[in-house]
Amino acid sequence: MSGNKQDHMRGLDLKRGRVEMSHGAGGRAMAQLIAGMFTAAFDNSYLATGNDGALLPRADGRLVMSCDSHVVSPLFFAGGDIGCLSVHGTINDVAMMGAKPLYLSASFILEEGFPLADLKRIVESMAGAARAAGVPIVTGDTKVVEQGKGDGVFITTTGVGVARDGVSLSGDLARPGDAILLSGPIGDHGMAVLSQRENLTFDAPIMSDTAALHGLVETMLDSGVKLRVLRDPTRGGLAATLNEVATQSGVGMMLQESAIPVNRPVEAACEFLGLDPLYVANEGKLIAICEPRDAQRLLYVMRAHPLARDAAVIGEVREDAHGFVQMVTRLGGRRIVDWLAGEQLPRIC
Amino acid sequence: MKYVDEFRDGSLARNIAANIAREATAATGYRLMEFCGGHTHAISRYGIADLLPPSVRMVHGPGCPVCVLPIGRVDQAVCLAREHGVILCTYADTMRVPCSDNLTLMRAKADGADVRMVYSTQDALKIARDNPGRQVVFFAIGFETTTPPTAVAVKQAGSEGVNNFSILCNHVLTPSAMHAILAAEAGVALDGFVGPAHVSTVIGSEPYEPFADDYGKPVVIAGFEPLDVMQAILMLVRQINDGRAQVENEFTRAVTREGNSKAQALVAECFTLRDSFEWRGLGTVPHSALKLRSEFAEFDAELRFGVDYVAVPDHKACECAAILRGEKLPQECRIFGTACTPATPVGSCMVSSEGACAAHYSYGRFREAAG
Repeated sequence: MSGNKQDHMRGLDLKRGRVEMSHGAGGRAMAQLIAGMFTAAFDNSYLATGNDGALLPRADGRLVMSCDSHVVSPLFFAGGDIGCLSVHGTINDVAMMGAKPLYLSASFILEEGFPLADLKRIVESMAGAARAAGVPIVTGDTKVVEQGKGDGVFITTTGVGVARDGVSLSGDLARPGDAILLSGPIGDHGMAVLSQRENLTFDAPIMSDTAALHGLVETMLDSGVKLRVLRDPTRGGLAATLNEVATQSGVGMMLQESAIPVNRPVEAACEFLGLDPLYVANEGKLIAICEPRDAQRLLYVMRAHPLARDAAVIGEVREDAHGFVQMVTRLGGRRIVDWLAGEQLPRIC
Repeated sequence: MKYVDEFRDGSLARNIAANIAREATAATGYRLMEFCGGHTHAISRYGIADLLPPSVRMVHGPGCPVCVLPIGRVDQAVCLAREHGVILCTYADTMRVPCSDNLTLMRAKADGADVRMVYSTQDALKIARDNPGRQVVFFAIGFETTTPPTAVAVKQAGSEGVNNFSILCNHVLTPSAMHAILAAEAGVALDGFVGPAHVSTVIGSEPYEPFADDYGKPVVIAGFEPLDVMQAILMLVRQINDGRAQVENEFTRAVTREGNSKAQALVAECFTLRDSFEWRGLGTVPHSALKLRSEFAEFDAELRFGVDYVAVPDHKACECAAILRGEKLPQECRIFGTACTPATPVGSCMVSSEGACAAHYSYGRFREAAG
């Protein structure tokens, strides 16, 4: 009816506005949030269709799929925020399977009252990370929970990729004698978040290492080295990741403490809080396990990549019926590097 | 990192190890108790046992604050959180100590109790200031190291009128525990002590002199870094070889004979001796723990809420008591590594990384596997 006025809605107040229950209720407010916030920032043809799902072109090869939920607190930390973290985390999980990540989905659980300005910062950070990685966010979802029932914003991302032909990576392929490589210093992400949470400041601030690793993985696969295992040591740190691989493969490991790089501010912060960097989360590091004869070539290739300049061979896989991950300490003694029991809690005195 | 790397240097460690191996000649061997959980942790974490000759045997002592806390004390904390509805603030490790009814503070929290982990007494005090309508109790545990900060918080609460703050006082005394170990008939045979590090910064080295003079046991106070521990072991071997029993101080960079007189004065102002206190492992030990003085009684959670201590026996299969007295090794307990692991601790020694069982399980259990 041409005489009717077009429905009028006030625009999103991105300066002072807050998430309201209506933003998740399926009505106009939600449509406005999706259009004004998400579709605008993520900006790709799949999202622009406005359909319930993304119709993707035929993929050539074996598909890899992975998902990751992000609940970090604080939401903004030195070196990153929950937005870019949620993009990097899932891209890395797909890449660790030896696959090229192609598409992402993003699902938001927002808490009523969350500032739209903060949401915009987060969404723009995600968009920037996705654009830089060349992996579009092609579909998504938004829900709103009442105040007090969420922690600002939770983000779940899912990634789909295609595995390279002839490449088979799996945590159960480590064999006695294999070399264990680490792409760089550990503990940066966890200590960046924790020191912000605990209000610890250092002369050289600790920056999260959050980064998309699929480019590094591509370089490593291009080198022709036969990789057996790739993993990113996120939650639970290097220790948890190596224990997972040891269990999956039914092997033990012997690490050299002196070979494991740790940045000095991270070392100092861990010392302060009674934490062990081996158990602290990383968001831009990987471990690689390969045949021993390939180790030096792989190390050379990794070090040539900007995200793995400080890569190192940190130990070897051993036969061990108990599946112990052990370490020769800097002092020359031996210890187990065990699974973490519960959370890593600070010591008392 | 400066002031840390120097004390973890591998080549210096090998030098000290060579000296220990050369000088440790006593046919009977050297049974040395490291009193502190901090030392137990360092020994396991750095693999120091691999650098010692077979004649030198380290015996783990009771100096781990959460380990010596008996079940009944944790029950009191759980009762305050669940039945009195207080905000119960605690140091982290204490959250996981099993107590009655298959509970821990962590499970009580999951069940709805308001239990909060704090890094310091100041955090607890801040929570009290921020929640004037709630009662806030700080679960004050630990040896002489953690007592002065508790005293500071109590005094601040008094002067600021933070009347919703109180403490559940479980501060214990190191020399009393050492007496209990040495005085026990049929107790563990020991040739010397690696003396406490942080505790000694507060109390000084003087309180250990009776152990050398009256019991004839050498004591070497040592820092918590691995080279500190190794140097102290060498100094003990030398005392034993010479037939000496003295208090020596390896940790001179932090410990004096007199200790920290300011901290001591604060503690004396706020606390007085309990007639007796039940320790896990050592039983009831007279004059071995502190309570608030009558001037500060209003901040005593036991009085404020009328929660009395009720002794509760340990789990039947748990050997924590004998392990805390140095009489048994963790791996000699039949539930070690089976029913009792750091993920599912039955006894307190499996909880804290300073506990003998957790330290051995987490860092050293490959030794039995190899043997």
